[in-house]
Amino acid sequence: MRLDLLPRDDVSRLREWLTPVVAFGVALIIGGVIVWLMGRSPVRAFQVYVTEPLSQGWAVQEILLKATPLMLIGIGLAFCYRADRWNIGAEGQFVIGGLCGGGVAVLTHGSGAWWVLPLMLMAGIAGGMLWAAIPASLRNRLGVSEILTSLMLVYMAQLLLDYMVRGPWRDPKAFNFPQSVMFDPAATLPPLLAGGRVHWGLVFALVAALAAWIVLNRTLLGFGIRALGEAPRSARFGGFNERRITLVVFLMSGGLAGLAGVAEVAGQIGQLQPSISPGYGFTAIIVAFLGRLSAPGIVLASLVMAMILIGAENAQIALKLPLDLARVFQGVLLFCLLGGEALTRHRVVLGRG
Amino acid sequence: MILARAPQPLVQLDGIVKRFGAFTANDGVALTVNAGEIHALLGENGAGKSTLVKILFGLLQPDAGSILWQGKPVRIPHPEAARALGIAMVFQHFSLFENLSVLENLALGLPGRKADAALSRDAAVLARRYGLALDPAASVWSLSAGERQRIEIIRALLQQPKLLVLDEPTSVLTPQEAEGLFTTLEQLAADGASVLFISHKLDEVRRLCSAATILRGGKLVAHADPRRETSRSLAALMVGSDVTEVRRETRAQGKETVTVLEISSLGAPSPDVHGVALRDVSLKVAAGEIIAIAGVAGGGQTELFAALSGEANRVSTGTIRLLGRNITQASITARRDAGAAFVPEERLGQATLPRATLSDNLVLSLPRVDSASRLGWLDRKGLRERLSAVVSAFDVRGSGADPEARRLSGGNLQKYVIGREILRQPKLLVVNQPTWGVDAAATQNIRLALMQLAEAGAAVVVISQDLDEVFAIADRIAVMRAGRLTEARPTAAVTREDVGLLMTEGVVETHGGQRDAA
Repeated sequence: MRLDLLPRDDVSRLREWLTPVVAFGVALIIGGVIVWLMGRSPVRAFQVYVTEPLSQGWAVQEILLKATPLMLIGIGLAFCYRADRWNIGAEGQFVIGGLCGGGVAVLTHGSGAWWVLPLMLMAGIAGGMLWAAIPASLRNRLGVSEILTSLMLVYMAQLLLDYMVRGPWRDPKAFNFPQSVMFDPAATLPPLLAGGRVHWGLVFALVAALAAWIVLNRTLLGFGIRALGEAPRSARFGGFNERRITLVVFLMSGGLAGLAGVAEVAGQIGQLQPSISPGYGFTAIIVAFLGRLSAPGIVLASLVMAMILIGAENAQIALKLPLDLARVFQGVLLFCLLGGEALTRHRVVLGRG
Repeated sequence: MILARAPQPLVQLDGIVKRFGAFTANDGVALTVNAGEIHALLGENGAGKSTLVKILFGLLQPDAGSILWQGKPVRIPHPEAARALGIAMVFQHFSLFENLSVLENLALGLPGRKADAALSRDAAVLARRYGLALDPAASVWSLSAGERQRIEIIRALLQQPKLLVLDEPTSVLTPQEAEGLFTTLEQLAADGASVLFISHKLDEVRRLCSAATILRGGKLVAHADPRRETSRSLAALMVGSDVTEVRRETRAQGKETVTVLEISSLGAPSPDVHGVALRDVSLKVAAGEIIAIAGVAGGGQTELFAALSGEANRVSTGTIRLLGRNITQASITARRDAGAAFVPEERLGQATLPRATLSDNLVLSLPRVDSASRLGWLDRKGLRERLSAVVSAFDVRGSGADPEARRLSGGNLQKYVIGREILRQPKLLVVNQPTWGVDAAATQNIRLALMQLAEAGAAVVVISQDLDEVFAIADRIAVMRAGRLTEARPTAAVTREDVGLLMTEGVVETHGGQRDAA
């Protein structure tokens, strides 16, 4: 016996949008079973993961805080994935963005000038773009798979950051802890509301989402990206330059990841540390697909994913469940999403032979 | 052995109804194919032929109606079930894996077979018997449409089917190849197998088929014996009115002419090991002139089209001039801006994005200076207006005002693709296989449109494997073979035999040992 996947002729729009919702539901059930097997109450886990983060003011704020980088990176990745270009290295572009932006803050420490923050943001964007331009150029010029190069550059970025905060940029007064000086107020993204923790990065992310929606749906460039992803021959026939689009989507993706990185260090952490990301760049891949590579979808998906991350932290305390369980759940969720996607576009038929 | 000559029905479809939303594609259609019969299924684009065949092959489920297979009622829930019954299908749109070899593609379509020497041997036997030359090791992506179709035909024949369904099988074959295929089909029929033959070439149907079912607008119009009908009467049944065949008038001579396209000694290396290198190709096309480039699939037509359109520029020697301007290295967009328009061979995936709407797909061939894309913005309103102009001028039929390209039948999509270019009023139009798989009425419309474009002063280059088409519309005919192009000669001065000879042997107008030096 054999299972065949036969393409469906017609997939309704409603069905396409229901897919991630159903996938999320299935992932919740699988997650519940895992929690149950670990000897905890799945109902209590659901409360800790979903209900509590949504019902408490501080937790909502934390969700927005965590959703910010996911949204920025996920939006950028949507450009790449729509063009069928596989940027797996947003984590590295995020780190480099944080490193470049944070570097400006470290080097201008004490100046307090107004231009420090804008310069940091620009440096962060430029750093992320540069890091993303490497796999794009290697693909364009030498035909190297961008999947491998972008992923390998993640580790280079992490080691580079590690070196900088242990070496040249270490705070001399930090008792040999590997960290930079705390940034000046002029080098810090102000909170949106006085006393709150949510910073301007969220606004950047929402603006980026709007801009991405416009570019993807209303411009020639967006059409070219779509054409390249869907049928490269028609992109060539339409006169779209394949290499240029490859470079552009990587630059946009890297730039947004870099912006997320600098917003994280300037808005949330306030200094450079050996690690500035709990894997946002990788989680954002799931966010991008959960949001069906559309800007509004990604905004929503980043909030959902942030909720799970907060829930996982709570679960550590409330249920003594390991943080790794959140990663397992992310994996289960991605699996359900991709599976759901396959089942939306295909139907399963039992075959012989 | 039953020797009775009474026809044994192999498959009987009765009262088949299939609706897509409000649209009824099949409305009480009946079809009976007898054992050992070559049966034609005739109808215009959108008549419901493809729907009926998909139901027969298990790809669609009818909303009403019954199917009897050898007298017993059957359900065909999926293609696997159809294959188990003994139905094999050769589709108009190929289902091949581009990155795999010919042999691997054959194996993938055949449960229980591997891409091994035995399969290669079986395929070679069939290929030889039916004159379907194929290199089993070649990668599919490097093959032309004609060669790809041969894979599909051989794959179907390897299943030793009781019923072989062929959707527009001869559109990419040369007359000789088509004749070879007919011999094959006649042999199959003599062995007791049945053939359901979907074609728009009525001469072929009359030559080959002993029965015909004719559909129009989703309804059954007639059962007929094509051997007792004329092409004209069959066409009249199909479209519901008399069809006038389009013929090119002899053009008035002596008018002062402007050279629009001038190709001089063009050379380009082969895009890959299975491709064809262009060698020393020269051609001049004047305003108001239609030049046809005939030739068998894989003779370099695809490469010539790529060189002319500039979509994949590999030209190493020679020049291409458009209205005197050297465009040899120009991009496809620059060429469009200079007044050229192109219709490529593949309708889905090259001429159009399958999942994009027709109005969005207009963007692919619009030069950047046109109004629809000012400053990189998509002007959706302008595109929709433009689309309605194309739809009404070229009678493009599809469901809804602005359907996705993949929702259109082959003929309607081709009318859209050609209409999209002609409405731009180009000075030069290069068309590759303009009427492949297009029904009789649409074919005439497309040819008429090409002639009107030439009348209006444009230069038209038609790359076609259909000799009827070549002789119907061209002012001059050139033949492409092995990357070389013969001199274009006035249509009146060449015969079909001349052209057929050039297509197959490439001996250019010489006698004895005087062959053209390579």
